[in-house]
Amino acid sequence: MQVTEYKPKIVAFCCNWCSYAGADGAGSARLSYPEEVKIIRVPCSCRVNPMFILRAFQRGADGVIIAGCHPGDCHYTSGNYFTRRRMALLFSMLDYLGIERERTRVEWISAAEGAKFSKTMTEFCATVAALGENKRLEDLRCKK
Amino acid sequence: MKKLSLAKLNDLFAAIAQREALYLPVDNGTGKAEYTKWQEGTVYSTALNTGRSAKDFFFPQTENLMEFKMEGKRIDVIDTREECEDFVIFGVRACDAASFDILDRVYLTDPVDTYYKNRRQHGTVVTMACGRPAETCFCGTFGIDAADPKGDVTCWTVEDGYVLRANTEKGEALLAAVDGLLTDTDDKAVQAAQEKTRAILAKLPLAALSTEGVGQGLTKELFDRPEWASLSEACLGCGTCTFVCPTCQCYDIRDFDTGHGIQRFRCWDSCMYSDFTKMAHGNPRVSQLERFRQRFMHKLVYFPDNNDGLFGCVGCGRCLARCPISMNIVKVMKTLAKGGNK
Amino acid sequence: MQKMMEKRALELLADGTVSRVLGWSAGEFPYDMTPAVFETAEELQDGFVYNDFCGANLSKYLIKESRKEGKILVFLKPCDTYSFNQLLAEHRIIRDNIYVIGIECYGKADVEKLKAMGLEGITGIYMKDGEYTVETVYGSQTVKAYEAMAERCLACKSKKHVVYDELIGEDGEVVTDCNRFDMVEQLEAMTPEQRFAFWRGELSRCIRCNACRNVCPACSCEQCVFDNPNSGVAQKAAVNSFEENMFHIIRAFHVAGRCTDCGECSRVCPQNIPLHLLNRKFIKDMNAFYGEYQAGEDPDKKPPLGTYTLGDREA
Repeated sequence: MQVTEYKPKIVAFCCNWCSYAGADGAGSARLSYPEEVKIIRVPCSCRVNPMFILRAFQRGADGVIIAGCHPGDCHYTSGNYFTRRRMALLFSMLDYLGIERERTRVEWISAAEGAKFSKTMTEFCATVAALGENKRLEDLRCKK
Repeated sequence: MKKLSLAKLNDLFAAIAQREALYLPVDNGTGKAEYTKWQEGTVYSTALNTGRSAKDFFFPQTENLMEFKMEGKRIDVIDTREECEDFVIFGVRACDAASFDILDRVYLTDPVDTYYKNRRQHGTVVTMACGRPAETCFCGTFGIDAADPKGDVTCWTVEDGYVLRANTEKGEALLAAVDGLLTDTDDKAVQAAQEKTRAILAKLPLAALSTEGVGQGLTKELFDRPEWASLSEACLGCGTCTFVCPTCQCYDIRDFDTGHGIQRFRCWDSCMYSDFTKMAHGNPRVSQLERFRQRFMHKLVYFPDNNDGLFGCVGCGRCLARCPISMNIVKVMKTLAKGGNK
Repeated sequence: MQKMMEKRALELLADGTVSRVLGWSAGEFPYDMTPAVFETAEELQDGFVYNDFCGANLSKYLIKESRKEGKILVFLKPCDTYSFNQLLAEHRIIRDNIYVIGIECYGKADVEKLKAMGLEGITGIYMKDGEYTVETVYGSQTVKAYEAMAERCLACKSKKHVVYDELIGEDGEVVTDCNRFDMVEQLEAMTPEQRFAFWRGELSRCIRCNACRNVCPACSCEQCVFDNPNSGVAQKAAVNSFEENMFHIIRAFHVAGRCTDCGECSRVCPQNIPLHLLNRKFIKDMNAFYGEYQAGEDPDKKPPLGTYTLGDREA
């Protein structure tokens, strides 16, 4: 029997202006990040509706990370400030429901921070891998 | 008739559970009883009625019908039905037992709903006669006798135990299987218990509620009654009444994309919802008044129209106790009866 | 109280100040009053009722009613006035078409509590000196009023009317020691496993009747995302644990900062799910993270999710 190493599925919502460019930056600099990370580009981190996060978990994600411009750097002036408030509340609520807090994260990554992108994703993957499969917010119908 | 001593109730449950799954009302910790699978240590609740009705056993809130898998242009249809095992529901009240007749009229007439039929065939219903009816009870209005419920087996609580009577072959088989626990008895104790219950039933506030003013053939008279406006005025359009109702039988069929196929399931629907019977052109009932009217016209007029006068309500009183704004079928019937027959 | 309210309503109807009255109409039992609109003096005299079981928050009906012709009189308890103000701030109701009479409130009774005491077959409930005499077909019993008080009223946050045109009875004060976050704190103190088990136990009872949503004054969307077949998340049933969680998390989140903690969601839940504990968690967090805020208290104050500061805590 072949034992395959558990690899978590990670969904990363990346803001178009900073973090998505940061991922590009990581590539240009030939820095690697785990293949488990699936990037979804959004116009701004504040585009991420709490429903997107839950839907990602439903569809099989084990961890969800939202990456946006540093506070003060939002290309729409204030989007990420709203993201910060919303996600602080949402993550606290998930924790309140007993869903592992470490499966969700917000990180500010600028277009120039390829290295930070790579490091953040590697770290987040390791954290989620340690938690194992998402069981508490899973939708069994979507499992094969 | 057979007798079971008070102390042997648990033995009866154990004996039944050994043969097949046994479900009975158990306190769920919120002051309400719900049907729960029996296991050693389970305590039977004598609460009058369960929060959810017993229809769940035959017509569950959601059930998978089939699955589709697509590969290129090929579609595979997969039957996802699971083998249904025999089961017993113990402690069903007269109203809920009568609701099965209503559901049967819908699902066992042509075209037969095989999902429903399958569960119906595997289920044995043991009813419990009521001893302490509540103010919200009005099963008598629809000719249901709370002191003599139907079901495969009827059970009465008497002073020193329980008396059981088999009403069907299924019931005979069940009692035969647990015969070792039972002794023969006459119906004296039952009659005493029935008399007591009937005396209470007569004192209930809704004892005098009649079906006068509603029923077969009254569509024209009732449909345009102005009272629907005030009756439906406060309705929130939630589905509470529908979902706690033992006779509401409407459902919706939906597809769920699992990412690796399609799951087709059906789930209860509510005529109170804005998207009920929604079609390509939109919704035929655009206001809450129309949706509200549909629910009560269905139970009080259309259903009797199509079913030899049988009403689509069994008077269990769940909607009376549960409606967030306390609007219910009793208020509707009384209001319609007041200004009617013009 | 009922007499005073009825008298005032009749006067306002008679002098033409209002053309309709939103109140409660009598039921079959002593406890099942239905919100109703009265248009004439006869209707009022016939059916108008007000007692300890009139718990419904009437403010949401004004979305519809204030758009009709003429002015409507509404009776609001202190907690209802917060919902009213919040709806006003959200431009959901038309203030000019409403005449608000604030009514004093010392807490509402919950008939479920009486029934849980084994009182079945209730035929009459009479209030006297802080006690209910409950008559049933099985005999009568006396119950202390506070023993039958609704859970939400035991943790009443304010007896103050934040908006009214006139008052019947006394105006009260904001209750500072209401301890409404006690249960939230208890849950927070548990381990994630215990919390998860607690919420699974509660939310697994959900039958997706939408009563919590439809009664909620903050849930005033024209079409809910969960009813919109094009949203991809429309649900008619809580098919599994995921959908139970999803609905309640998203609903609580959508009303965060707008929920006044009126407690209607928990009152109407046919499955007795303590839904207010979700909303209170958000309220508590917002207070802790962004400063004290009470939705509905001051319509001019910015809601926590509608604003930010540069130094907010990180998520």
